[in-house]
Amino acid sequence: MSIEVQNASKNFDGFAALTDVSINVPDGSLTALLGPSGSGKSTLLRIIAGLEVPDSGRVVISGQDVTRQSVRERDIGFVFQHYAAFKHMTVRDNIAFGLRIRKTPRDKIRDRVKELMHLVQLQGMAHRYPSQLSGGQRQRMALARALAVEPKVLLLDEPFGALDARVRKELRTWLRRLHDEVHVTTIFVTHDQEEAMDVAEQIVVMNEGRVEQAGEPRDLYEQPQTEFVMSFVGPVNKLGDSFIRPHDLDVMLEPNGGPVREAMVERVVHLGFEVRVELALPDGEKLWAQLTRVEADSLELDDGTIVYVRPSRRKTFRDGQPHTEEIQALQQ
Amino acid sequence: MTANAASLGQGRASKWGLRTVALVYLGLLLILPVIGIFFEAISYGIGTAIDAVTTPEAQHAFFLTIVMCLIAVPLNTIFGVLTALVLVRQKFRGKAFLNALIDLPFAISPVVIGLALLLLYGPRDSWLGEWFFENGIQIIFSPIGMAIATTFVSLPFVVREVEPVLREIGTDQEQAASTLGASGWQTFWRITLPAIRWGVTYGVVLATARALGEFGAVSVVSSNVAGETETVPLFVARQYELLGDHVAGAYSASIVLAILALLTLASMNLIRRRDKVAATPTTIAIAPQVTEPTDEEDPR
Repeated sequence: MSIEVQNASKNFDGFAALTDVSINVPDGSLTALLGPSGSGKSTLLRIIAGLEVPDSGRVVISGQDVTRQSVRERDIGFVFQHYAAFKHMTVRDNIAFGLRIRKTPRDKIRDRVKELMHLVQLQGMAHRYPSQLSGGQRQRMALARALAVEPKVLLLDEPFGALDARVRKELRTWLRRLHDEVHVTTIFVTHDQEEAMDVAEQIVVMNEGRVEQAGEPRDLYEQPQTEFVMSFVGPVNKLGDSFIRPHDLDVMLEPNGGPVREAMVERVVHLGFEVRVELALPDGEKLWAQLTRVEADSLELDDGTIVYVRPSRRKTFRDGQPHTEEIQALQQ
Repeated sequence: MTANAASLGQGRASKWGLRTVALVYLGLLLILPVIGIFFEAISYGIGTAIDAVTTPEAQHAFFLTIVMCLIAVPLNTIFGVLTALVLVRQKFRGKAFLNALIDLPFAISPVVIGLALLLLYGPRDSWLGEWFFENGIQIIFSPIGMAIATTFVSLPFVVREVEPVLREIGTDQEQAASTLGASGWQTFWRITLPAIRWGVTYGVVLATARALGEFGAVSVVSSNVAGETETVPLFVARQYELLGDHVAGAYSASIVLAILALLTLASMNLIRRRDKVAATPTTIAIAPQVTEPTDEEDPR
């Protein structure tokens, strides 16, 4: 089921949470709403769900205008950041809730709950209470609860935000695989660009209540249309008015005649395959370069080493238009 | 001995010291008076005590007290939960004022509450009472006025117990229920009410205890006719003033009233304990869960 939001705006007590936002989510896709806190991404998700009503604009789910429909009529599955587990119910009763509301026959509920507990890997926990589950298990239960009623679309509001880093990574991979199995159109909200790149097929980057750019993760990284997207999606150095990705910064021991700048190594951080070199320019500006371990080893970098840096590729956003400049290495 | 008495109540000397102070305080103020009443009542002989509380007048007083509770407590429970929901979930002008108003029955002396009701509902020279009186409904000096007074004094308990619980649970669970298709009513019964049940229970117990014992406000609006408009506290006061054998009646009725209140408190603890076993079988359930096949996980 495709989801379309057309020109949605929303104010909270004079604060513009959303301004004229339009997005288009194709049927069966997995889309991330990415942005810093206060960017309006959760408000947009809640408007799609029907938990908030937009001041203006429309929400269309699979061709049908649902803007005036209440949340319970929309047939959506919603997963909350803090699980919203029904604390006085067992795992089984939590998952069965939507089906009971719909007066599904008992044996059907039993089969469906069993199937879902298997899907979210909570077998054997039917009679536990949420307080007896770990954070990751609670969130999987919440997901099973949302999926039980076979929603048209699945909406997740910072679903892994309250979990520790390791469980987060596990659940990401797991959500990805789940989506391949279930194929329900899914939108999830996150402020973590790595998470969005890792999980989503399509990313909508939001800032200050507006959509900055929407597209595939790779496009956003390679062809950011605004300064905000450039600096929010992926790491970046800012030098004057140009932006340079850390892996587009060449580090040399000798100035080889090109437009290079002198810099001093402040710190070398070894992160396995990747080496992070933190640099300071004579005017005090800070940069960092991303090298492979082999490159870093051959340069024999150390704190205090004087090096010469040159961007091989940089971007500027003069007049609101992105420009990419490729700088060829000089042949020696 | 004093080496690890770092925090108050941790060291041995300070532990016993604190305990003694607390026990002496409770003993003088709570335990001794209750024991005193008990001994006073049976000092007239068990037979006299039982006779004193089984006279038609006494029986009617107990009946009326229970009726008062049965009117005041359900009213305050329903409207208390409703008010708490409004106070916690809604924003409106004058909310702070309404919030302060809830505590009025705590702040104002019961006698003053009685007088206020007299002014409002009295049969003569009152704001509303005259109209009722002309239409054949006497509020003051009848059980109706006494029920209003009892409801008034026991009003804050449910609101004040439910409010913090509502605030703590937030609206996430309710929103989750609505995304799963539950109506407002279904959400209230299946999600909100179970979540606040301990706040409600505690509020009900306190309101009941207060309603059982209310004297001041009720005595102003009652005509104090034995067997008609006399609750147990009024009965106790009148018996005591009659002196002689009646004092035995006063003491024994007091005991029964105290026992009723204690039963109310005990019943809450009992329900609570049973509920706890059912709701959080943390230590009990984990071990047998592995071996116990259930209808859902049993593979065959």
